[in-house]
Amino acid sequence: MTDPNKSDLPQGTLDLLILKVAALGPLHGYAIAQRLQQVSREVVQVPQGSLYPALHRLENRGLLAADWSETETGREAKFYRLTRKGKAQLEAETASWRRLSEAVGLILKMSEGGAE
Amino acid sequence: MNWWQRLMRRGRMEAQLEKEVQFHLDEHAAELIARGVDPDEARRQARLALGGPEQVKEKCRDARGTRWLEDLLQDLQYAARMLRTNPGFAAVAILTLALGSGATTVAFSVVSGVLLKPLPYASPEQLVTLHGKTERHGEQWGFSYLNFRDYQRDAREVAWLETWSYGGGTLSEGGEAEYLTTREISSGLFNMLGVPLEQGRSFLPEEDQPGTGPVILLSHGLWQRRFGGRSDVVGKSVEFGGKASTVVGIVPAKFQLDDEAVDAYVPVGQNSEPRMQTRAANFLHVMGRLNRGVTMADAEARLGVTTQRLADAYPRYNAGRRIVVRPLREDAVAEVRPMIWLLLGAVSIVLLIACVNVASLLLAKAVSRERELAMRVALGASRGRLARQCLTESAVLGLAGGALGVAFAAAGLRPFVALWPEGLPRAGEVQIDWRVMVFATAASLLCGLIFGLAPALRAPASDLEQRLRMGGRTLAGGSRKLHGWFVTSEIALAVVLLVSAGVLGKAIVRLAALDPGFRPKNVMAARVAISPGALENPEKIRAAWKGLLDGARSVPGVESAALTDIVPMRVGENSLTYWATPAEPPADEQSLALSSCVTPDYAETIGLRLVRGRFLNDDDRLGHPLVVVIDENLARHAFGDANPLGKPLWVPALDAGPVQIVGVVGHVRHWGLASDDYSTVRDELYYSSAQLPDRVTHLLAGFTSVVVRTNVPPLTLLAPLQKALGGATGDQSFYGVVTMDGAVRDSLATQRFLLLLFSVFAGVAVLLACIGIYGVLAYLTTRRIPEFGVRIALGASSRDVIGMVLRESMTTVALGIVAGAIAAVLAGQLLEHSVEGVRRIEPISFVMMIPLLVAAALLASLVPAMRASRIDPVVALREE
Repeated sequence: MTDPNKSDLPQGTLDLLILKVAALGPLHGYAIAQRLQQVSREVVQVPQGSLYPALHRLENRGLLAADWSETETGREAKFYRLTRKGKAQLEAETASWRRLSEAVGLILKMSEGGAE
Repeated sequence: MNWWQRLMRRGRMEAQLEKEVQFHLDEHAAELIARGVDPDEARRQARLALGGPEQVKEKCRDARGTRWLEDLLQDLQYAARMLRTNPGFAAVAILTLALGSGATTVAFSVVSGVLLKPLPYASPEQLVTLHGKTERHGEQWGFSYLNFRDYQRDAREVAWLETWSYGGGTLSEGGEAEYLTTREISSGLFNMLGVPLEQGRSFLPEEDQPGTGPVILLSHGLWQRRFGGRSDVVGKSVEFGGKASTVVGIVPAKFQLDDEAVDAYVPVGQNSEPRMQTRAANFLHVMGRLNRGVTMADAEARLGVTTQRLADAYPRYNAGRRIVVRPLREDAVAEVRPMIWLLLGAVSIVLLIACVNVASLLLAKAVSRERELAMRVALGASRGRLARQCLTESAVLGLAGGALGVAFAAAGLRPFVALWPEGLPRAGEVQIDWRVMVFATAASLLCGLIFGLAPALRAPASDLEQRLRMGGRTLAGGSRKLHGWFVTSEIALAVVLLVSAGVLGKAIVRLAALDPGFRPKNVMAARVAISPGALENPEKIRAAWKGLLDGARSVPGVESAALTDIVPMRVGENSLTYWATPAEPPADEQSLALSSCVTPDYAETIGLRLVRGRFLNDDDRLGHPLVVVIDENLARHAFGDANPLGKPLWVPALDAGPVQIVGVVGHVRHWGLASDDYSTVRDELYYSSAQLPDRVTHLLAGFTSVVVRTNVPPLTLLAPLQKALGGATGDQSFYGVVTMDGAVRDSLATQRFLLLLFSVFAGVAVLLACIGIYGVLAYLTTRRIPEFGVRIALGASSRDVIGMVLRESMTTVALGIVAGAIAAVLAGQLLEHSVEGVRRIEPISFVMMIPLLVAAALLASLVPAMRASRIDPVVALREE
């Protein structure tokens, strides 16, 4: 079972997005998936199959911490939150992403100008 | 939570994973239901969106990081279960491997203990030996005492040099006289090596000088044997060499200066022999410890300055000489090094064959398990995962074989070391220690990898459906080629060992037929320690010699008796410089001749072959012209084709003037049947002990050996000879007995030992290869039963089928023989290079060995071929 939109998400950005969403507060996996979709105005289709392995990987690297607690509906769920290490990582990756996208933007602009 | 906790809480984590994935599905479905989707449809959509809960869980497990360990545990359990359910297969595989790895472990223990382990001294890497080297004579270990003292003094800024030499004397303390093997050492030797004494102290520098009170160090063994290990022995005085010597210390049991067992140590500086005062007598070993930060090249350079000074001051003895500095360990084991590596090489081949055998067994199993593996791939196992599991299985097999092999090695190590000809240096350090364990473990894992690779790489990939449908029944083709290669490589390896054994056998046959230069049958030689009381003056020494001859001749059964200082093929030599022209050539152009000081009966007693002129006789004594008898080699070197009889020869150690050549005898292979051809000193001369000047009688008295020819088996005369040679005062000892037959035989001990090893290994290799061929063919023919059935049904006769199977097996065997022959030529060169007396590989070695192998291979193929020919086509086709 493959997700048709999986390729829409550039390599390595899923972790960054998860960290960003998790920074909003303790969230369980399904909420993180929901939030990613809503915030990106449905542009980013998060491949749900990759979400959980990514969460486990980030937890394993110590960027996320997880606790079991009850949801509003009274069910037990695993809530992920950002650790201090995860926060530092998020900041570093955000900065580097910004630099990269600015640079890419500049290059794209320049080549548009050159085509005129 | 660390990886260990995670592993231990695997069950809980699994439950949580399940719960988390279920929660997601429920939430998603609930949301869809809230939007009005039918509940069943909602659940289906949720599952679709997630992409299969099991796959997601599997990926989460992968992400956890302890995955490999969990898999390993699982694989190990699986492997153990597989071995348990196939006990026959497991036993054959493990036993084969254990034989191979046991032999390899023994060989590596020897490599490790003898070649790799550092010497048991403090900072062993700083320890070196010194050798003199000249263009003409190559390297020589000997230094004269005066030269040593000069080097020792001059080298102080680069190294701490000490020296030792062989010695011996009679201990006549409490009870019967006993000859002691000793070492004469300089006072700082033990301190330089960093060896603390067991009791007492080492020699003081002031004791290492002539004219001081005699002192002695006892070995642990002598102390226990003769003095009952009493601690009050230190400080006591014992009668050694006719002098009262004070025991100052006990040398620890495990200390070993060279290969020989030593009873006692005395200071070399107290030696009052004339050779201590001449730069001509090179009899000292020099070893040293480099100062911190000094390299061997530095030390050589500094010693070179002294050598230059010595060459200027005493050109006669030092011209053209330079000093070579080498690590001490290299020196101690130089002789056995090539043999040890040969041994390791040979056993590695056996181990490789064992690996190939197990590999073909495993491959056969893997092919039969194809369906099972295909099923697992279909159920979602990745190809890498299956390959890893195959490798785990073979690693378990390899380790089990290795563990049993180490047990074999532990049992066989001591007997093997004891079998080593002429004693293995550093034998005490050959043990199964951590180095060996690391090696054995690594080797077992490597073997596992080697034979696990083929099945692992076969883990099914693409044509799953086909494999599942075929059920692994008729698919013999895929592995056939690989199985063929296994047989080929086994044969090739076996050929290498077989031909090597053939080469060694051929060499021994050739060497044993060589003329040693004397007639060894019924001849015996022994060293004699002359009564200390007789050593006082030359007259007494000559009387003692005469007494020895008379005593020996008086024993019934003795045909003739003679005295000599050196005995062919026994340790000990005396090389003298000589030249044949009146003008003395420079030191580095003078020739050396192995010189024996003998009584006239020597030629007859040992059985020299007289070529020209006469041997020494009773008229050759003091006051008559000094004469020598030379061997054919010396005659050819010095005089070419000219007749040497009556010609003068200059031998400065005998006389200042020339001596006259009165006879030529056949060359004696003094260094051993094989080694003689490789020796740098091969000229020989004989001079009469009756013509020895007074000044050297004392020197030679220390090296007296008696040789007797008997008309009964010589060893039966030991007791009467012992009695007859006891001397007037009964304190003469008789030791180091050899029969010349034994000496000739022992001179090929190394070659025989290697032949024995290679024959055993070649035998094992052929046996394993045959088992391998049989196994492979039996398996392949079973797989091809349907095919044979069809052929027989279509009219093939049983002869056709047998021919088909045999042809196929012979093709792989022939390929293996060709590949093996090429490798064997290389192995032959290696043997020629490292074993004395081995000549280049000869076609006969192949011609003798190959048919043997082909016959064995044919035999191994015949049973499966016959079975194939008896297939009932009806049964075979129905099976299909």
